[in-house]
Amino acid sequence: MVYMYALTALALVVSFASNRRKTLKALKIALKKFLKILPAFLTMLILISIVLFLIPDQLIAEYLGHKNLSVALLFAALFGSITIMPGFIAFPLSGILLGKGVPYMIISAFTTTLMIVGVLSYPVEKAYFGTKVTIMRNAISFCIALVVALVTGLFFGEVL
Amino acid sequence: MNEKIVKKFVPIAVYVLFILISLILGYGPGKEIGMNFAVFSIGMIKVLPCAFILIGLFEVWVKNETIKKHLGAASGFKGYVWAVLLSGTTIGGLYVAFPVAYSLYNKGARLSVIFTYLGASALCRIPMTIFEASFLGLKFSIIRLLVSLPLVIATSMLLGSYLTKNKYEILKGK
Repeated sequence: MVYMYALTALALVVSFASNRRKTLKALKIALKKFLKILPAFLTMLILISIVLFLIPDQLIAEYLGHKNLSVALLFAALFGSITIMPGFIAFPLSGILLGKGVPYMIISAFTTTLMIVGVLSYPVEKAYFGTKVTIMRNAISFCIALVVALVTGLFFGEVL
Repeated sequence: MNEKIVKKFVPIAVYVLFILISLILGYGPGKEIGMNFAVFSIGMIKVLPCAFILIGLFEVWVKNETIKKHLGAASGFKGYVWAVLLSGTTIGGLYVAFPVAYSLYNKGARLSVIFTYLGASALCRIPMTIFEASFLGLKFSIIRLLVSLPLVIATSMLLGSYLTKNKYEILKGK
């Protein structure tokens, strides 16, 4: 995070030193783009705040630990798709679940859909790429995540 | 136009009102939802200004021809390699990758490369992967990367060529 600020500051300084007008134009573009997408971001944040209230971590942990492997897999992929969680929450949680005996395959379905499928970021993605592409990309990503989970299960000897 | 604005902002206003009233009356679920909103907003506010400033600088300094050459129609497989390398340095998550991908597209990157960038920036961010491996083991992370990346690239090619055939165009001017 600190590197990112340092990098941005450095880029700005270098840019400003070599061309003032261009740099000011860049800042204008940045602000304009940000303001344009802001409503979509707000909608996403509102959705996140409500969904995370309805689906607390304990509930996720409970369903991921379901005895039936297929049921657990389905719930893991579903929860991963419809929630958003920063890595610093998701991975420690996964680590705990792993310790409790939840298979790698289930963890993989959860974390992979968490990363690549974004139901809650739909407002933002749609604003840039349109409804059709957003739905297609997410559907494809969901399938990719399931394949990743199954292969993970195979490699850890959890299926077959 | 007016109707559009009303449609956009009425739900937001209702939400804000709900949170405020919950805070005043001490309504538990409302307070919790408000907290969630605050936590995630702060997380994004930390990332977004940098992201958009870098996008702004990218727009004024990087030439269209450069992007076309390395990520455009004639870039071949190298375009995907660049997309994956670029994604490794992305921070935040998909919500940062969307505006970046959009700028890349407007500068001449082809659709399939854009989709690869999006998928890869969801899956291959280096700091995140290191963190993941520390909790779930290196084997887990390596399997995930080795299985998902080829699938992301392959499906990006399919999706890209399907959309190009159907003359899909991303709206300009966001």
